[in-house]
Amino acid sequence: MATSVAHQAPGGPAALGSRIWSWVTTTDHKRIGILYGVTAFAFFLLGGLEALIIRLQLASSGNTVVSAEAYSQLFTMHGTTMVFLAIMPLSAAFFNFIIPLQIGARDVAFPRLNAFSYWVFLLGGLFLNASFLAGAAPNAGWFGYANLTSTQYSPGLNIDFWVLGLQVLGVASIAAGINFIVTIINLRAPGMTLMRMPVFTWMSLVTQFIIVTAFPVITVALVFLMFDRFFGTTFYSVAAGGDVLLWQHLFWLFGHPEVYILILPAMGIISDVIPTFSRKPLFGYAVVVYSGLLIGILGWGVWAHHMFQVGLGPIADSVFSATTMLIAIPTGVKIFNWIATMWGGKIKFTTSMLFAVGFIAMFIIGGLSGVMHASPPADLQQTDTYFVVAHFHYVLFGGAMLGIFAGIYFWWPKVTGRLLSERIGKLHFWLTIIGANLSFFPMHFIGLLGMPRRIYTYDPALGLDTMNLVATIGAFTMGLGALVFVVNVVWSRKRGTPAGNDPWGGATLEWAISSPPPVYNFSVIPEVRSRLPMWAEDGMTPVPETPPSPVHVPAGSYWPALAATGIIVMAIGAILKTLLITLGGVAVLVVSIYAWSFEPFEV
Amino acid sequence: MALAACSREYPQSALHPTADFGDQIDVLFRTIFWWAVGVFVIVEAALLFVLFRYRDRPGAADPKRVHGHTLLEVAWTLAPAVVLVFIAVPTIRTIFRTEAAPPADALTVEVIGHQWWWEFRYPDLGLVTANEMHVPQGRAVVLSMTSEDVIHSFWAPKLGGKRDVLPGRTTRIVFTPDSIGEVYGQCAEFCGESHANMRFRVMVDAPEVFALWADRQLQPAVPVDSLDEPLRQGAQVYLTKGCLACHAITGVSAGVLGPNLTHVGSRTTIASGILPNTPEGLTRWLRNPVGEKPGSLMPQIPLTDDEMALLVAYLQSLN
Repeated sequence: MATSVAHQAPGGPAALGSRIWSWVTTTDHKRIGILYGVTAFAFFLLGGLEALIIRLQLASSGNTVVSAEAYSQLFTMHGTTMVFLAIMPLSAAFFNFIIPLQIGARDVAFPRLNAFSYWVFLLGGLFLNASFLAGAAPNAGWFGYANLTSTQYSPGLNIDFWVLGLQVLGVASIAAGINFIVTIINLRAPGMTLMRMPVFTWMSLVTQFIIVTAFPVITVALVFLMFDRFFGTTFYSVAAGGDVLLWQHLFWLFGHPEVYILILPAMGIISDVIPTFSRKPLFGYAVVVYSGLLIGILGWGVWAHHMFQVGLGPIADSVFSATTMLIAIPTGVKIFNWIATMWGGKIKFTTSMLFAVGFIAMFIIGGLSGVMHASPPADLQQTDTYFVVAHFHYVLFGGAMLGIFAGIYFWWPKVTGRLLSERIGKLHFWLTIIGANLSFFPMHFIGLLGMPRRIYTYDPALGLDTMNLVATIGAFTMGLGALVFVVNVVWSRKRGTPAGNDPWGGATLEWAISSPPPVYNFSVIPEVRSRLPMWAEDGMTPVPETPPSPVHVPAGSYWPALAATGIIVMAIGAILKTLLITLGGVAVLVVSIYAWSFEPFEV
Repeated sequence: MALAACSREYPQSALHPTADFGDQIDVLFRTIFWWAVGVFVIVEAALLFVLFRYRDRPGAADPKRVHGHTLLEVAWTLAPAVVLVFIAVPTIRTIFRTEAAPPADALTVEVIGHQWWWEFRYPDLGLVTANEMHVPQGRAVVLSMTSEDVIHSFWAPKLGGKRDVLPGRTTRIVFTPDSIGEVYGQCAEFCGESHANMRFRVMVDAPEVFALWADRQLQPAVPVDSLDEPLRQGAQVYLTKGCLACHAITGVSAGVLGPNLTHVGSRTTIASGILPNTPEGLTRWLRNPVGEKPGSLMPQIPLTDDEMALLVAYLQSLN
């Protein structure tokens, strides 16, 4: 099933059916990256909409925009969506599109597994959100504490959707994680040593290792919960001698590394963006790489800082406090290195650069409130309040999302061949950064002045109406920013300036090839002789516009999408409590994997 | 003075402590806060300076390709480490101080979390109440806490930090209140649909006022037969409309699912802090419990206006 092509397939008005089919069967990492990006952005808008309804409800103390039950579903799905369906897969869009280009590869190591990951993610996300149609969206918070999630206290389908949906999404993440580890380790171009890899690829590699080690932990926790709910086991049942803290330990043993899964790729993105627009190499490349590694490792030793309020005792509190504070050191080092990169540079304030700088400015605030949380006594006044809501929105929105936007503006021309509008982009940036601070900064005070999180209503006597209204106004400002971005995308598709190979003067391999890149990426795999191949003299061997000899490109396969369908059918059978449907899903999965294994496929 | 005004404005504030536990956290938080402000100002100023000073200007020369500077990098690895020592030492000192064993003469209050109300038991005094805890000023109080159902969290910010209330485990908070007054609190761990409506009050009384309160709480309710009209008719409504199945009134009924009502009339709020304990507030609650507190186990009991007025008058008389 291999096709020989010398050039990109000539673009023509193909029939809609065959165009859709070509996307369903594609194994091209670039097209899969685009699928990830579009899907994840749609989920990002959905999660944002949920946030806006939440903020509308909280705009004043007596609001009745939604019911208590609807509110529980909204905040649960807002968190679950943003973590698993927006930020992680937006990062995955970059892993897919950019990593093979940055290391000089033709595709990822396992292209069909890559397609499989995407389809599992898409179907898992749809499954999770289908719960809204059943009127039973998950409603126990994104960290779903036992024993509230037991059938006794949550008898509906809500938690069934959640426990099944997250397991499905875990399959996608682990498969993709293994794929990218093998890709980065094995498929680097000659001369692309580990310490010549672009920092984005480096941080992505660390992230993949965290994914493949952390997701099994939550899978275990979820399997316990699923068995408790479906088969009457008693892992989290207090009456039967189970312990509700078991869930918390397992969840946060996954959950804290998960935070670094969300933030490290964005740190990688801005580590590529900032040098490009400062016209200087990254200051202290090795230290930035090692500090990323250290964050990935230390991230495993801090989980109980999410549990200071359960009363672990003074020894455990002190130990986890100390390990948590230690993480501030490699994080601080990164910030200083980014600032030092800009020092003495020639800073061009493109939209991408503005978002990268916004990341630093916001992340400093999120990092400092993080140190406050690291102190257990102080944390006892902050955790489970709006203070911690402020903290993780500074880190995950101000950090991860602004980093992702920096990456979108940076690599958009590489992906589409056209630039996004800088003027619209700057409007997007200012609305976003002003809205974010207007919304999240008052939350520090709202929390310290006594407002817990996850409450659909609050006592007007708390005196927090005005600040909540300001936070709501900020949220809608951010929402407007997101709309402006959508306008920019539409504008760029029609009127965007053609980008050329290298619109920014980038230093890394992806800028050596055309935009969008040809299906085979590199006509000839270059030999890399520098960490900054495009900046150094003789940094790499040239990549000609057309390949000197035909390049083999795999034709695609529908088995990955079918295998993913099998998995989701299993979950649907479980929700409907119909064994036959689940077994049907198993059959589809087994047949698909069998057929896939024996399908002739060349990379 | 300004602080007092502030604290009246924010009755659930962590920044205006009125007990030693809250004070110790507040001192620690302020220490960390000012270090954070210092770091914030320095780093954000450095960022702004760099952005302004090294912005691309026409005719600017291409920058030198600096790759790093070992001494600088060692310096800014060590600097945060040093700052963290100044935060970690008082942190660990405060951990051990706030989690120390309570003094022997401390007043024990058992806190039991329910979806969605609080049960408070005073084992030394033999009394039981709900949603409004009274404690004496100046004496150490030990809260010994557990849950009947899911995880809750006891948080009265002015007294100190929160502590989860877990099924199958007992957790503890120790504090000594230093000023007389009313403190707001509420559940801080998501515990289901009406998590937002699981509020409580802590009344810090002068020791003699507290003793008086405890004495009165120990009095059983007046037997129904000895009541004057129309209170007796109100008690009849209580006894015949099913209230007695879930609620206890010492000497009258012994239900255990809902809050003990023996002295419900002495509380300032009803339904775990969401409505004022006035005839109007109580009527509103009894008319539609699930409307006021979604998911509440308390059913809506159909009562005529007359029956409602009689029942409300009876409950208000229990003080």
